[in-house]
Amino acid sequence: MTVQELVDRLGLDPVALPHPEYEVTSGYVGDMPSWVMGNATEGCAWVTILNNRNIAAVAVLIEMACVIVTEGAGVSEEVAQVAMEQEVNLLCTEKSSFDTVARMAEFL
Amino acid sequence: MSELVKLHYDVDGNDFAAAGEASMKIKKELRNLGFPQDIIRRIAIAVYEGEINMVIHADGGTADVSVGLDEIDITLADKGPGIPDVEKAMQKGWSTASEEVRSAGFGAGMGLPNMKKNTDEMEIETEVGVGTTIHMKVYVA
Repeated sequence: MTVQELVDRLGLDPVALPHPEYEVTSGYVGDMPSWVMGNATEGCAWVTILNNRNIAAVAVLIEMACVIVTEGAGVSEEVAQVAMEQEVNLLCTEKSSFDTVARMAEFL
Repeated sequence: MSELVKLHYDVDGNDFAAAGEASMKIKKELRNLGFPQDIIRRIAIAVYEGEINMVIHADGGTADVSVGLDEIDITLADKGPGIPDVEKAMQKGWSTASEEVRSAGFGAGMGLPNMKKNTDEMEIETEVGVGTTIHMKVYVA
């Protein structure tokens, strides 16, 4: 499934979507960057409540398909800009991490 | 070992949310040099963890990467407080990070273990009150 399809199916808010064609191959949930760095896999959709600009760095380094910021945590203008600069797909939702993952599990 | 390229980066110690600049640049350089994705990813993770540590604990530092034909050498150096008990610091989940740092999602105690996991050799030189230098090697041949 592509990131664009994920956006459409889950009704996510695409704060930055430079690569809608990226393939989502797995999912990862976590709010501690080091755990994520150690365990998330390339091509994953990362579900988190973290919303500082470090999420862009983690996404780039792991080569994630996208980051989904949940629970209405939202991101600042600055973080959205960093995501665009680093070519990171950054999506937001009001839904909880649990609900988001439960929906994703239907497709992945 | 014959060296192809040497890279040097200063890690700014002021803002832990901004950590990752050096690792992202290194990643880009290694990609331009044509290294396999897996090698690049391991190095990027190791440097990133080092950057985070330098920002959280040491007010910044330096990252040097020396690219050779057989191996890539990484040296991360800071003039921070040093590590009193390296064995403890290498344990997963052990951290001295502040509450403020933890509330931002850092300080999980996974930094040094992640660095070790992603490199083929790792050596820590540290002295309390003087600083810490970490040497890592990733074999590419």
